[in-house]
Amino acid sequence: MASVELKSVSKSYGGNTVIRGVDLAIRDGEFVVFVGPSGCGKSTLLRLIAGLIPVSGGEIAIGGEAVTDVPASKRGIAFVFQSYALYPHMTVARNIGFALETLGLRRDAIRAKVAEVAKLLKVDHLLTRRPRELSGGQRQRVAIGRALVRKPEVFLFDEPLSNLDSDLRMEMRIEIARLHDDIGTTMIYVTHDQAEAMTLADRIVVLNHGVIEQVGTPQELYHTPKSRFVAGFVGSPRMNFAPVTTTGGAPDWSLAGPGGLALAVSVTGNRSAPATIGVRPEALSLVAPEAGRLSGTLERLEDLGHEHFAYVRVAPETVFVVRVPVRPTIARDTRVGLAFRDEDLFLFDEAGLRLDHAASHERAAAASIEERAA
Amino acid sequence: MTDLPLTLPVRRRRSSASYRLERRLKKGALMVAVGLVLVYTLFPYYWAIVSSTKQGAALYRDTFLPALDFTYYRALFENTVFLGSLVNSAFVATSTTALSLILGISAAYALGRIDFPQRRGVLLAILMISIFPQVVVLSGMFELINWLGLYNRPSALVVTYLLATVPFTTWILTTFIREFPRELEEAAIIDGCSHFRILTKILLPLMGPSLASTGILAFILAWNEFLFALTFILTDENRTVPVAIGLMGGNSRYEYPFAQIMAASVTVTLPLIILVLIFQRRIVAGLTAGAVKG
Amino acid sequence: MSVKLARADRRAAWLFMAPMIIAMLVVAVWPLARTFYFSFTDAYLDDPTNFSLVGIDNFLEVLDDHTWWIATRNTLVFASISVAIETVLGLAIALLINQAIPGRGLVRAAILVPWAIPVVVATKIWEWMLNDQFGVLNQMLIALGLVDHGIAWTASGTLIMGVVIFIDVWMTTPFMVLLILAGLQMIPGEIMEAAEVDGIPGWKRFWSITLPLLKPAIGVAVLFRVLDALRMFDLAYVLAASSEQVMTVSIYARNRLISFQELGIGSAASTWVFLLVAFIAILVIGVLRLDRAAGEAA
Repeated sequence: MASVELKSVSKSYGGNTVIRGVDLAIRDGEFVVFVGPSGCGKSTLLRLIAGLIPVSGGEIAIGGEAVTDVPASKRGIAFVFQSYALYPHMTVARNIGFALETLGLRRDAIRAKVAEVAKLLKVDHLLTRRPRELSGGQRQRVAIGRALVRKPEVFLFDEPLSNLDSDLRMEMRIEIARLHDDIGTTMIYVTHDQAEAMTLADRIVVLNHGVIEQVGTPQELYHTPKSRFVAGFVGSPRMNFAPVTTTGGAPDWSLAGPGGLALAVSVTGNRSAPATIGVRPEALSLVAPEAGRLSGTLERLEDLGHEHFAYVRVAPETVFVVRVPVRPTIARDTRVGLAFRDEDLFLFDEAGLRLDHAASHERAAAASIEERAA
Repeated sequence: MTDLPLTLPVRRRRSSASYRLERRLKKGALMVAVGLVLVYTLFPYYWAIVSSTKQGAALYRDTFLPALDFTYYRALFENTVFLGSLVNSAFVATSTTALSLILGISAAYALGRIDFPQRRGVLLAILMISIFPQVVVLSGMFELINWLGLYNRPSALVVTYLLATVPFTTWILTTFIREFPRELEEAAIIDGCSHFRILTKILLPLMGPSLASTGILAFILAWNEFLFALTFILTDENRTVPVAIGLMGGNSRYEYPFAQIMAASVTVTLPLIILVLIFQRRIVAGLTAGAVKG
Repeated sequence: MSVKLARADRRAAWLFMAPMIIAMLVVAVWPLARTFYFSFTDAYLDDPTNFSLVGIDNFLEVLDDHTWWIATRNTLVFASISVAIETVLGLAIALLINQAIPGRGLVRAAILVPWAIPVVVATKIWEWMLNDQFGVLNQMLIALGLVDHGIAWTASGTLIMGVVIFIDVWMTTPFMVLLILAGLQMIPGEIMEAAEVDGIPGWKRFWSITLPLLKPAIGVAVLFRVLDALRMFDLAYVLAASSEQVMTVSIYARNRLISFQELGIGSAASTWVFLLVAFIAILVIGVLRLDRAAGEAA
């Protein structure tokens, strides 16, 4: 088991820089998830840590030891690939045990270890099969088994569940969480799936264009995102945003926005003016048009059974999504009002950075209590 | 299972510097290998260029730079027989390519897209025709050419070359056609297109690159052919260039006109090499489509 | 699909194939059939209409000819050695090009050059480079002090087969490289990365992963090359005309047919060539187990 440290790591291909000076410290035993839109460099960063591609600049240390120039096989890491990367011409048993063959272990010792790992991952009945005879979930288990058998100090996962259907994905997600609880090894996990990130991670690293936007616990990211980008990326459905115009001066601003939005806020800390507001769908509620903070026309209702989403057009080009627990009995094209509490309001400046305001401190405080309790 | 009872040998890491050195050495060795491959593949043609620009005694001294004396090229282009064979080659290769592409694409559409029971059999027959030695049909072909009255005419070669090029274009175009998504024609079928319209209006416009690579390969095949060209053409003015060059020679071994031959060789190969370098990717795609996926 | 529709489709298929099939009947099937037929006759090329059937005499006469057996041996030696060298060299160059190295595109383009050069031209260029007195190779060897006077590469009986193989290797290795490279590129990159993380040393990665996964690609390439090498004509003909030292079965058959005008015996020789090639094709397919290998790759 080991910590992982990155010091101003960068990677460029020709003139194309994909990772720009990433600094990150991962504690021993931590489960860290890299998320970000496709092309943000999350898989590249994982491969840099693995040593599958050399860095263009910066330092990487695993377990306190500099490994920047050490080849992948000597870094004490294991890697689970998106495509599973099982050797197609070898049986499951040989796939799992192949790495041990080169370590000079005796045949029966290898067989014993393979059997043990296979049993742990419930693939012990498949040992003589070839990868193409396995289902997606089984292949995934074998891939994890192959990583596990090497007893790595750091586990690296590259979107391991993205090729599975949603049921299996949920099942394997729980399995991976259990594995982490059991063996306590440091794990770094790349995904574009929010649910995976939120449920698995001790800390989430949000990447955008090769730089870290924010590092934090899932709760921190949800409640106190550093920027509009993070706010939009964490949470599903995504946060509703609307541009606002401001009058007044720092720290007290009057905001005017779509749907008759009119607010007075008191920004703390940062002195720049708000340019965008954000409210999460789950913080909004449907009320009578005149009772809401803003109003619009109900365009569509989605019924998912256990929850409902209302799509309210508040301006010609702005639709707000509202999560409602009970199916509302409102007809389409009706005017509705949207209400939210002050502390659920997010403010972002022109540059997309989040601004604290008087009420948002309450939310942050509530969030940290919630987290401590958890 | 807090701890797997796995005791692997301790991974002994060496110093970073030694890994760096190892990586550099490996890279150096690879670069040397690349250099060797380049010399191996390119030097002969370069040497032909060098030799073709040297006069008299200079030819026999091994300086590695061309002398830039184009006497032999001038002579070559004043030689009407050689120019004639260039024209013959161009005519034969172009006609063969055009014919084989037309026959090939039509058959490939049926083989790649229409389900009929004998499809596998037809494909197998085509493959067999493309691999059996040309010499096997030589007698029958001789009779055929005589019967058609084409003996000693370049058009005889167009007919005979179809033996090699048509199976080839059919095979490769079939694999190319299969790569197109079927949805494309299913949409066309629902729109009420006939097979002919699907081929000419939907597939053909999309197949430009495939036709180009197949065409280039067929052209090279026809341009380079030797056995039929040697056998079915009797007189110098009707020959194609490979045979013209093959039959060039002096009266004795010491008068062997190497510089002239090299000039002719460079001349007939240059268009091919330029073609190949321009369409490099397409050619590789064509060659591998025929073999790996087939 | 309804029976009627299926029948319409089938008719369309034959219609589309008709031009190709007619062309093949004319230039492949008919001449082939005539060759088989002539091989049972005593026809001569100058008057092919005047002949009588002679049974299998022609076939026996070919087998009685010492030269035929020399040609057969030459062809087999040439095909096996040149394809073996091409496979190994092609594999090596393909592995090299598959590495992420600077100049990779250049190498890929460069290897196409020998492939694009007509056989006749390549032969002439090498003949000149290997010339005993003025060839650049001998001059370099002399300059390096390895020999005192030029080696007569193309004049000596034992060397000339080596030269033929050498030139063939130079010309056709690119084809091998391209096919093997295509096979290499079908191996998912993540599999090789997995092996890297697993700490599998280079040689074992090659033997246990790369080579087994390449087997179908190499098999197909070898089959194509073997069949091509067995019918080799132009290279040996341009280099040594009808010299027995490198005479192939194709040259032998053409000699009897065209030079000696023996339509009947030449056809019989051609038929033997056909049988020889067919036999070896079946052998190669069986040995490489191409059908099964192809199944595994899927």
